[in-house]
Amino acid sequence: MTRRVPVVVASACLASALTACGGGAVTDSAPAALDAGADLSRQSLTISIWEGYSPKDLPQRVKATLGFDTKVAIHDTNETIVAKLTAGGDSGIDVAFVSGQYAQALNAQGLLEPIHRELVPNLKNLYPEASQLAYDKGNAYSVPYTWGTTGLCYRSDLVKTPPTSWNDLLNPAPELKKKITMMTTERWLALPALKLLGASVNTTDQATLDKAKAMLLKVKPDLLAYDDTTFGDRLKSGEAVLVEAWDGWCPTAEKNIEFVVPKEGSDLWADTMVILKSSKNKEAAHAFVNYILDPENHGWVPANILYRIPNKAAMDKVDPALLKSYPALAEPPSELLKGESLVDLGEASTAYTRLSTEVSAAQ
Amino acid sequence: MTVRQPARVLGKAAGRLATMGPGFGFLTVFLLVPLALVLSYTVFRRGRFGGVVYEPTGENFTRLADPLYLDVVVGSVKLAAITTLLALLLGYPTAYLIARLPARWKVVALVAVVLPFWTNFLIRTYAWIVLLNSEGPVNSGLKALGLRPVELLYTDGAIVAGLLYAYLPLMILPLYSAVERLDPQLREASANLGARPARTFWSVTLPLSLPGVLTGCVFVFVPSLGNFVIPELLGGGRRIMVGNLIRDQFLKARDWPFGSVLALAVIAVLVLLLFAQAWAARRAGRGA
Repeated sequence: MTRRVPVVVASACLASALTACGGGAVTDSAPAALDAGADLSRQSLTISIWEGYSPKDLPQRVKATLGFDTKVAIHDTNETIVAKLTAGGDSGIDVAFVSGQYAQALNAQGLLEPIHRELVPNLKNLYPEASQLAYDKGNAYSVPYTWGTTGLCYRSDLVKTPPTSWNDLLNPAPELKKKITMMTTERWLALPALKLLGASVNTTDQATLDKAKAMLLKVKPDLLAYDDTTFGDRLKSGEAVLVEAWDGWCPTAEKNIEFVVPKEGSDLWADTMVILKSSKNKEAAHAFVNYILDPENHGWVPANILYRIPNKAAMDKVDPALLKSYPALAEPPSELLKGESLVDLGEASTAYTRLSTEVSAAQ
Repeated sequence: MTVRQPARVLGKAAGRLATMGPGFGFLTVFLLVPLALVLSYTVFRRGRFGGVVYEPTGENFTRLADPLYLDVVVGSVKLAAITTLLALLLGYPTAYLIARLPARWKVVALVAVVLPFWTNFLIRTYAWIVLLNSEGPVNSGLKALGLRPVELLYTDGAIVAGLLYAYLPLMILPLYSAVERLDPQLREASANLGARPARTFWSVTLPLSLPGVLTGCVFVFVPSLGNFVIPELLGGGRRIMVGNLIRDQFLKARDWPFGSVLALAVIAVLVLLLFAQAWAARRAGRGA
């Protein structure tokens, strides 16, 4: 089963020509000429998205409104979808959901189709701030789907003093030892240490990264586990009492579970929709993005999975009762924009993967 | 002896091709070619988004010598070896007893051994999380008895328990077939010549079942060494094994060349092991 993955990767590569492996840069960078009046019912769409990140009946809804078939592929991390999209040739995916810095990296490789704004009139629904995100100012090749920040999620009934600083995670009080988790996805593994050092989450300074590594190694024996996905369940069961978490993943709906952005600050992440240059259904892809930005459709996200969305028209329609029980949802975008936007670091990003490998390999 | 007729030789060759061809073809395409790719990647630089840049470098190999990664390889070999040893200690008596059961019960016992395989591997591993976590039945039981709870989950012990549980049947089955084949008359002869049961076991049964022992050990050791799901789920990602390291190079770090070097290192260890097994089995065969 899963053990086969490296072989699968290798043989997927084999299918394309050896030289195309991983290189995959598309030389033609001119935007495609799209036909606004194209018959969408003759196209079909394959999207790739995280599990549970869109309504289960999304394909049926899209079919009813736009008249074309949609297939939904699932990826579990940014890394897996990026690996798929950069493996060379046509991945068969038309629209992918990836975090902002990965959209930037894909665009740098020439893999993304610029957003044809005239085909996405619903872009007007977005907050003005949504086009000011550092990874893609002006939303030239990506459209934000959700946004949020990273902080500490904790059990208010099981910690003595509510955490306020990344230091509470990296130098845990004795009673918290073996009851905390951190994320391992490379940029978010380094984030708490970088912020505590007063550095940028986008730093490429090796000395700073080395200091961060030392802090991460020091806290490793005190961690319950590294966890990117199930920390919410661990908090619910009481197995963990303090975890590093994305705001939308912190189950604040539960009694006694709170979320706080540490005083040293944090990041501003965005998950975006991108259209692949290799797509043969670009009109349908734009129609799909436009469909999502409709307040009725985009509003599914805050109402069901409690993520904040950069869609003003949709946020204005969110049930006030919901905002009352989840005050974080009601925070204005200006609050979110205090966080530092994660950007792709180009070649320097390998320093982060190295750091992540070294921290996880240390015994 | 008659002279071979060309047509018959040809027919034989065609027959061989027909029987072995598909298997060989499959292995060539899906084992040897990917393996050759893995080998070729080891000497190139990583591409930023995975894949390789075709500039030769020896850096991937020097990086392997970094104590950090050597520790992971050595640690994994250690955990896999402990698992194998425990599997042998648990599996031998089980296989021995099954082999001596009446035929009807043998089938029942063997089905019981392979039964866990019918349940999804992930579900079986998650069951251990439920069992071992700090709020789970084991620790709740300890607390109910007024004892201090112990840290069970996310330890090396939990990883070994998970590996042992997953691969014990792979030890029992070859042992069973080795013990089952033994001629009972040999044991009787040994007893008739005055050997006590313990002596019979050490001098007759064990040496004769040695090939089964070695096969079982390889069957358990190999997948244990490469496993990355169990260390992640039961080790909490804090202790990683070489399987995790390799997986992460391909899926997280997108460093295919270094991942290939690590994969090559594991393959080297396993090939050495297989040679050792073949050599020991041949020696055992000669001794008998």
